[in-house]
Amino acid sequence: MPLFRKKKRLRKLERAEERTVRTEGVFIKCEKCREVLYRKDVEENLRVCPKCGYHFKISARRRLELLFDEGQYQEHDAQLVTTDPLNFVDKKSYKQRLAEMQKATGLLDAVITGEGTLGGYRTIIAAMEYQFIGGSMGSVVGEKIARAIERAEQGRMALIIVSCSGGARMMEGVFSLMQMAKIAAALARLDEARLPYISVLTDPTTGGVTASFAMLGDLNIAEPGALIGFAGPRVIQQTIRQKLPEGFQRSEFLLRHGMLDAVVPRKELRPYLIRALGFMMDGRR
Amino acid sequence: MEEEFEQLDGERRQLEQKIAELLPVASTEEARRELQRLRTRLQRLEERILAHMPAMGRVKLARHPDRPYTLDFIERLFTDFSEIHGDRRFADDPAMVCGMARFHGEPVVVIGQQKGRDLKERQYRNFGMAKPEGYRKALRAMKLAEKFNRPVFTLIDTPGAYPGIDAEERGQAEAIAYNLREMARLRTPIIVTITGEGGSGGALGIGVGDIINMLENAIYSVISPEGCAAILWKDAGQADKAAEGLKLTAQDLLSLGLIDRIVPEPRGGAHLDYDEAARLLDTYLVEALARVSELPIDELLQRRYEKFRRMGAFQEATEEILRQLTNAG
Repeated sequence: MPLFRKKKRLRKLERAEERTVRTEGVFIKCEKCREVLYRKDVEENLRVCPKCGYHFKISARRRLELLFDEGQYQEHDAQLVTTDPLNFVDKKSYKQRLAEMQKATGLLDAVITGEGTLGGYRTIIAAMEYQFIGGSMGSVVGEKIARAIERAEQGRMALIIVSCSGGARMMEGVFSLMQMAKIAAALARLDEARLPYISVLTDPTTGGVTASFAMLGDLNIAEPGALIGFAGPRVIQQTIRQKLPEGFQRSEFLLRHGMLDAVVPRKELRPYLIRALGFMMDGRR
Repeated sequence: MEEEFEQLDGERRQLEQKIAELLPVASTEEARRELQRLRTRLQRLEERILAHMPAMGRVKLARHPDRPYTLDFIERLFTDFSEIHGDRRFADDPAMVCGMARFHGEPVVVIGQQKGRDLKERQYRNFGMAKPEGYRKALRAMKLAEKFNRPVFTLIDTPGAYPGIDAEERGQAEAIAYNLREMARLRTPIIVTITGEGGSGGALGIGVGDIINMLENAIYSVISPEGCAAILWKDAGQADKAAEGLKLTAQDLLSLGLIDRIVPEPRGGAHLDYDEAARLLDTYLVEALARVSELPIDELLQRRYEKFRRMGAFQEATEEILRQLTNAG
């Protein structure tokens, strides 16, 4: 009898934990070509599918490390947190949602801003974190980006914003909407100070983020295959009740329609940005 | 909120009926006094009803099919209106109306989204949903105002910028983004009034200015209550709750410091009396124009910058706040 019991427990263990968890860690399936890939290969290839070139999302943290020289930067305003001004509750409370996201990402909100050098040029980079409520923009994202712009202006540095966001954050209502105006106003001043702002659009960049700072770069460049638009494809489909054309709202579509300066693969992004800054900036640090 | 509103509204109907019955027979002094007493009660009740109106009630008033639209206001507030058309790039957008006009004799530019009254006109005006060419036309009109040193009035009434294939192809997002930046530095006063629906980025695309007025029953929101309910509640039927939560009424937004003034409407709503609605708005526009006109332009621009720069609800996370956050998770 004791033997029988032991066996049963063993089988359960194998089924529930061992198999699934381990393979999940080792392999990753490409969302485009469906190829099963070694996770390590994908990570080493900057999270780009080695088979088809599909660009997986990357975290804001990783993005900053990839762009800054030697991956070194000084983070700014990491301690800013929303006050939940509307006391918003849907199926769960916004406070609850924030707490879960903060635990999952180790961030207090959906953007990281930092200062360092890029190809030797003093640069401020803001990178949005999609894992944090879809990279949505509320008061904290708006404030951190506005401060980043003002710092770039005061220190005569270049500004790069890497967007990855579903748009304005519903749970902060009109506060979120006004971040669009706030950031656009700050960008007007940066523009007048003749300092570079390069907007990098990644998958996805939609709504109030596209309709404010993401489309206001001196250069607007995008990673391949990124969904970029004002309205999301589902909303458009519901409005017009027609099938959307192939490749609609992808980077290449926007490039063809004159909305982007270039589509740049992740691997070439750093050299591209350095060349652009070389054109725009007078001297290295 | 909803129940209380229904109850108050029921009381109001009873009271109105009583007054109507009493009116033809109120010949004695006593009856007239009684009538006066009932009227005062009715007035107080109406005030309470307005204070208790559910947010969705405001949404319905803001979208009321008889609500005065931009051209109704232009006709009553301005003289010598000459419409100007086209963005000089692609097309003219009938959902956005722009023109030169005179406001109490002074030359101005007026801009606003226009909805249609009947089916044909609604389609022609695209339900007040502008495309990129509409936003580009609006900016062209603003630059004209800047060049000739004339103030700009914008009247906002739109469900949102048009979400369609053609609008995306021509850069809906870029058109709005560009307006936000250029309006922030336009070297002439901009007075914004949300008259009906303030639908998200489509509203903000002509909504950056020095003074933001909002009509009493207008709404201003980051997303429609229906859209918000569909995403967060996974059920568009929860729009009432979403409307409440989004804090989209003029009263909410004033207390949050996101608008400057609430413009009163005729009793029962602007749709009941266009002339009176326009007259009430006129006083606010006169006052706003006087206030912005006395400032040197550089100071006005600095204030415009600070106005939006201040908007946001955040704090520095102290140990205490961080602990609360972790516990909530």
